[in-house]
Amino acid sequence: MEVYLDNSATTRVFPEVAELMTKIMCEDYGNPSSLHMKGVQAESYLRYAKETLAKILKVNEKEIFFTSGGTESDNMALIGCALANSRRGKHIITTQIEHPAILKTCAYLESIGYRVTYLPVDACGRISLSDLQKAMCPDTILVSVMHTNNEIGALQPIAEAGALIKHMNPYTLFHVDAVQGFGKAKIYPKRMGIDLLSASGHKIHGPKGVGLLYIGERVKIQPLIYGGGQQMNLRSGTDNVPGAAGMARAAELLYEHYDEDMARLYRCKKYFMDGVRKIEGVQINGLLPDKPDGEGTAPHIVSVSVPGVRSEVLLHALEEKGIYVSAGSACSAHKPQPSATLKAIGVDKPLLESTIRFSFSVYTTPEELDYTLREMYDKIPMLRKFTRR
Amino acid sequence: MFTAFLIKYAEIGIKGKNRYLFEDALIHQMKFALKKCEGRFLITKTQGRIFVEAEGEFDYDETVEHLQHVFGISGICPMIYAEDEGFEKLCDTVVKYMDDVYPDKNKTFKVNCRRARKNYPKDSMEVNADLGEAILNAYPEMTVDVHEPEILLNVEIREKIYIYSEIIPGPGGMPVGTGGKAMLLLSGGIDSPVAGYMIAKRGVKIDAVYFHAPPYTSERAKQKVVDLARLVSKYTGPIYLHVINFTDIQLYIHEKCPHEELTIIMRRYMMRIAEHIAKETGCLGLITGESIGQVASQTMSSLVATNEVCELPVYRPLIGFDKEEIVAVSKKIGTFETSILPFEDCCTIFVAKHPVTKPNVNIIRRHEHNLDDKIEELVKTALETDELIIVE
Repeated sequence: MEVYLDNSATTRVFPEVAELMTKIMCEDYGNPSSLHMKGVQAESYLRYAKETLAKILKVNEKEIFFTSGGTESDNMALIGCALANSRRGKHIITTQIEHPAILKTCAYLESIGYRVTYLPVDACGRISLSDLQKAMCPDTILVSVMHTNNEIGALQPIAEAGALIKHMNPYTLFHVDAVQGFGKAKIYPKRMGIDLLSASGHKIHGPKGVGLLYIGERVKIQPLIYGGGQQMNLRSGTDNVPGAAGMARAAELLYEHYDEDMARLYRCKKYFMDGVRKIEGVQINGLLPDKPDGEGTAPHIVSVSVPGVRSEVLLHALEEKGIYVSAGSACSAHKPQPSATLKAIGVDKPLLESTIRFSFSVYTTPEELDYTLREMYDKIPMLRKFTRR
Repeated sequence: MFTAFLIKYAEIGIKGKNRYLFEDALIHQMKFALKKCEGRFLITKTQGRIFVEAEGEFDYDETVEHLQHVFGISGICPMIYAEDEGFEKLCDTVVKYMDDVYPDKNKTFKVNCRRARKNYPKDSMEVNADLGEAILNAYPEMTVDVHEPEILLNVEIREKIYIYSEIIPGPGGMPVGTGGKAMLLLSGGIDSPVAGYMIAKRGVKIDAVYFHAPPYTSERAKQKVVDLARLVSKYTGPIYLHVINFTDIQLYIHEKCPHEELTIIMRRYMMRIAEHIAKETGCLGLITGESIGQVASQTMSSLVATNEVCELPVYRPLIGFDKEEIVAVSKKIGTFETSILPFEDCCTIFVAKHPVTKPNVNIIRRHEHNLDDKIEELVKTALETDELIIVE
C-alpha cells in the first residue's frame, strides 16, 4: 500500500489538470503575446486562469499576477514593495516562524539597509496582536505574516491583523504568505486588509513552477524581472500558460467541494490525532490549548513529536512500508538542523529531532490513516528499543 | 592549435622484460578514459613512447582533464605534428609554434632535436643550431640558454615531425589492472574514497562494499556512496559496488553486546563480510581509510581487534595521514564536496558516548560469543542481500 502523507511538501496533480495542461502544451501552444489566432487562443486560457482565481479570492482579475512559484511571489512582494516604498520608510515586520522564502528575503533586505522586526509566537505558533501593535512604527512600510504555518499548521489571526494595521497606518502594506493556506481556507484579501497574497500551484494539486501573487490595485511595487513587459510590466517573461491554467483549474476543483472536503479533512485530523495519542509519550504540536480536536489550526497538518525516536529513522521506517511523511518540513531535509518554528513555539530540545509531520489532502482516506497508525504502533516500540545509549 | 599528445610514463620505464604488459595496460586505460571525450583519437606505441593523435575536431581541455585521470601517466605533452616537407617548411612551423604558445617573447630557450629517422638530411646538432637561428631571426628578444632554458623546445623527427615544449603533470602511479584487485570498504566519509584512490594509483583495480542500514540510513546516504564511487571511478575505471544490508546484524550486536564495544564488534563483522565477498570475487586484499588514532575504532589496539578477523592483507594507505592531509587529497580528486553531505552512515548511528579506545581482544572475542545463537544465520542473510551496482 502506498500512502502519501506529505501533501504540505507537494501534492499529486489532479487528472483533470494534467489533461487540460496536455491539451494546452500539445495543441493550443501559442504565445499569448503573438498577434495571430494561436496567440489569441492561448490568451483566452490566461484570461480563464485570472478570472477563475480572481473569483475565488473575490478580487479584480487585473490584480492577479503569475510567477514561478511561492518563493518568487514572496520575493517579489517583499523586495518589490520595499524598494518602491523606501521613501516612506525602511521598517518591515514579520514573524519568527515564516518560511525561508520570507526569512531569507528579509535577511537580504536587512543587508541593504532595511530594519526588520521578527514577532515572537506563543506555544501554539500564533502571534499576538498587541506585539504587532507595539512593533508598528511610523516608518513601517510592510507587514508580512504567513496564513498557515507549514510545519505545525498554526493559523494566524489574519483578518484581525489586517484591520489593526490599516487602523494604525493605512499606508502600511500587508502581505500574506498563503502558500499552505490557499485551497484550505477561504481568504478574501479585500475584506481582510490584505494588499499582497502569495500562493503556489503545486500545493493545491496543480503543477510545479507556477505561483500567483495578488497585488492590490493601489499597491506601489517594483518589478524584479525585466524584459518583454508581460503582465503589465511587473513580471516579464513569456506567460506560463499551461501552468497558470493548470493552477486555476486545480483551485476551481478544490473550492467546488470546499465545505465537505474541509469537514472531512478535520474529521481525518481528529481521527488520526486520537490514534496517535495512544502511543506512549507522544506530543502533538501547535494545537490550541482548549481545542484538542484541532479546531483553529490547519485541517491538513499534524506535527507529532515521538520521544526516543529520531525523526529521520521513523521516516525511513515508515517509508519501508510505503508511507511517505516529512521530518519537520520538507524544505529542511537538505540541511538537517533543528526547525526554527519548533524552537519558536518552545518544543523541548530532545523533541526537536524527534518530530515528524503528516500532511493530508483530499485524496487521503481513513483506510490509509488506519494503516499508518498500525505501522506506527508496530514500529515505534521497536525503534525505541534501539537508540543511542 | 595542438593536435596530439606525447604521453610520458615514469615507473613503467624501469620495468624489464614485461614492460610491454604495463604499456599495453596503460594504453587500454587511456582508450577507456578518452572514450568519454568528444572526438576520435589514435593511440600508438613506438620506441618507448606513447602518442595520442586527434583525428579531426576534439576538445583540448576535456582531453587533458581525462588523461590526467589515468594512472601511469607522469606527464602529458601537448604537441603539434607536421608532415616532413623540407627544412624550410619546418622552420616556418617552429617559428609559428613559438609565437602561438609564447606571446611573451622575453624568454630563454633551447632546441632539443631527436632524430629517430636517421636518413633525415641534417643530423640533430645541425637541426638544433639551424632551428635556433631561425627562431632568433624571427624574435630578436629571445635568447638561447643551453643550460637552464625557460623553454625546452623538443623536435622529434620520425615519420612525421613532432614539436612540443610544455609538460602537464599526470597523476603518476601505475596503470590500473596491472596490480591485481582489492576490495574497498566505502563508508561515505572523507577517508575511504581517498584510500581507494591511493591504492588504485599503484595499479590496483578496485571493487567496493558499502554497508547500508535502513531505516537508520537513508536512500540518500546510499546514493551519496554511489556518487562517491562514481567520482573515484574517474581514476580507477568501473567499480563493482556491493551494497549489503547490515541492519539486522547491527541491531543484534546492539542487543547482545556491551555498548562501548559495539563499534569494534560491528567493524569486525564488516571486515568478515567484506573479506568473504573479496575472496569470492578474486580480490587480493581489503582497503580501508583508517588512520591511527583518528577515532576510537582506529587506535592501535582497535586495529588489532579488527585486523585479526581477516586472513587477507588489509591495506590502510592513510594510516600515517593527518585529517588535513586527507582532506587535501580528497579536494584534489574531487570527492570532498560529496563526502561532507550530511547523511548519517552506518558507523555513526548507534555510536556510544564513550566507546572503548583500548579494546582487549580476548574480552571482545568473549563478548562476541553472546552472538553465537543467530549471527551465522544473520551474516548469511546479509550476504544474500548483496546488491551489485556497477559504477562507471
